[in-house]
Amino acid sequence: MTPAIEIREVHKRFGSLHALRGVNLTVEQGEFFALLGPNGAGKTTLINILAGLARVTQGHCAVLGHDVVTDYRNARSVLGVVPQELVYDAFFTVREMLRFQSGYFGLKKNDAWIDELLHNLGLTDKADIYTRLLSGGMKRRVLVAQALVHKPPVIVLDEPTAGVDVELRQNLWEFIRRLNRDGHTIVLTTHYLEEAEALCNRVAMLKQGQVIALDTTRNLLSAHAATQVRLRLNPSQLPDALQPLLAGEEAGWFRLTLNDCAALEGVLASLRKANVAVADLEVSKPDLEDVFLRIMGKAA
Amino acid sequence: MTGLWTLFYKELLRFWKVSLQTILSPLVSTLLYLLIFSHVLEAHVQVYPGVGYTAFLIPGLVMMAMLQNAFANSSSSLIQSKMNGNIVFLLLPPLAYWEFFTAYIAAAVVRGLMVGAGVGLVSLWFTALPLAHPLWMALFALAGCVMLGAIGIITALWASSYDQMAAVQNFLIMPLTFLSGVFYSIHSLPPFWQALSRYNPIFYLIDGFRYGFFGASDVSPLLGLSIVGVCCLALSLATLALLKSGYKLRN
Ligand SMILES: Nc1ncnc2c1ncn2[C@@H]1O[C@H](COP(=O)(O)OP(=O)(O)OP(=O)(O)O)[C@@H](O)[C@H]1O
Ligand SMILES: [Mg+2]
Repeated sequence: MTPAIEIREVHKRFGSLHALRGVNLTVEQGEFFALLGPNGAGKTTLINILAGLARVTQGHCAVLGHDVVTDYRNARSVLGVVPQELVYDAFFTVREMLRFQSGYFGLKKNDAWIDELLHNLGLTDKADIYTRLLSGGMKRRVLVAQALVHKPPVIVLDEPTAGVDVELRQNLWEFIRRLNRDGHTIVLTTHYLEEAEALCNRVAMLKQGQVIALDTTRNLLSAHAATQVRLRLNPSQLPDALQPLLAGEEAGWFRLTLNDCAALEGVLASLRKANVAVADLEVSKPDLEDVFLRIMGKAA
Repeated sequence: MTGLWTLFYKELLRFWKVSLQTILSPLVSTLLYLLIFSHVLEAHVQVYPGVGYTAFLIPGLVMMAMLQNAFANSSSSLIQSKMNGNIVFLLLPPLAYWEFFTAYIAAAVVRGLMVGAGVGLVSLWFTALPLAHPLWMALFALAGCVMLGAIGIITALWASSYDQMAAVQNFLIMPLTFLSGVFYSIHSLPPFWQALSRYNPIFYLIDGFRYGFFGASDVSPLLGLSIVGVCCLALSLATLALLKSGYKLRN
């Protein structure tokens, strides 16, 4: 099957700044993919290149097999992009914008789908309002709607939930999930890592223009993040056997790092052997944020 | 073609929604020129035999209004989109560069012609105007709007700020239109300025446009149209090349 997105050895320079340094990435059709990385890592630059908003310095990109430079019309018609910047056209209403956007993609009568988009994004009662009069979060929803007018098979969302309230964030993800179930490929960037963890089956982490991690969300979680256990002991003294696991100590709590949950049994056994009772215990499961921080820290 | 039509329609709607500013205000300011200059000079200046100064002035003012508004339409639309960032709405879809060009130019032509027609119609109230060669008149009007529409696109592509945009408008477009024989025949100029005027393409636009009304002109209309046609073609090709390359749009 043709990959939804194929990025080959992509370099991008802005003058002396080497923003992308040989990025290779393949996203298969039907994936829900997260592109993560700290500010300035190059996520938006990569998306801009895919969307034809920026030119590569070197390398190639294709969307559903259509090269974004040589076959740009086909590449753009199968791609929907929600830009990171909150842009709008002050002259027009929400519905006018969506009709124009449909027209630019060659669609004449698109009102049924436009109405559905408005409904799903909670914009129905704002349809005839000038976009400049919308709140920030609503403007972002309009951007999402604009990206979806042509039902693109490949959808890229650059921080779609920044500034969007909790309820709508839930609705938005529910909607995007449904699109994904219907076969649309989704790529998103976000700084809310719990969103990425909950939604995405695969994750790429970008740092200073390079992919430094690329794996399924599950593998990343099990490979990189250790389980953390916090213990209050009576007497408050950690047996020697457990010293190597000690990650920190604060206000009577010992923080231990375990490779997995199974290791907890050994910890409890050691405590029993040393005749130390457990006064209190907390186990925290690894999350993508831990993984992210570890990987970013390691690559420093 | 749906993309092209949609963009053309959007561009029309954009200026139509603010027609007070884009149609009415240029109409009023052009008519003020007419009022003042014709009042002051009617008794003193006669350029062509049998043609009063007010009548002589009207085609020049109509053309000037068309040129300035054609330029203003494409340039202000594009620079605003660039500055606000909403140009991405046009860059993300599969619109071809020639569709982009055609839609912006067509909208510039429509606005130019609307303002021109408005000025022309209202000025009939001041004096009767012959219409010797309507086809020539229309050809020069069209060429003028296309030419300035294209210059508007080029300027807005190049400009990185509203300031640079205004600089081109005030230091290039305004002087070129004012010094092109709107208010006088170049034969009334000293030889040096007369020779210089012949390097100003807008001079040929106004002269040829005037020929359409009076059947008299400073240079032959065929020569004028050839020069104007070559300028139009060159500017259009340059604009298309810039759009195709993504100059300052896709970095
Ligand atoms: N047009 C440009 N000209 C010069 N430098 C640029 C341009 N666009 C981006 N950069 C630089 O490229 C680098 C990558 O920027 P990019 O916007 O891709 O980061 P990002 O990963 O999207 O960050 P964020 O999470 O903040 O959105 C940054 O150092 C940025 O300053
Ligand atoms: Mg970004």
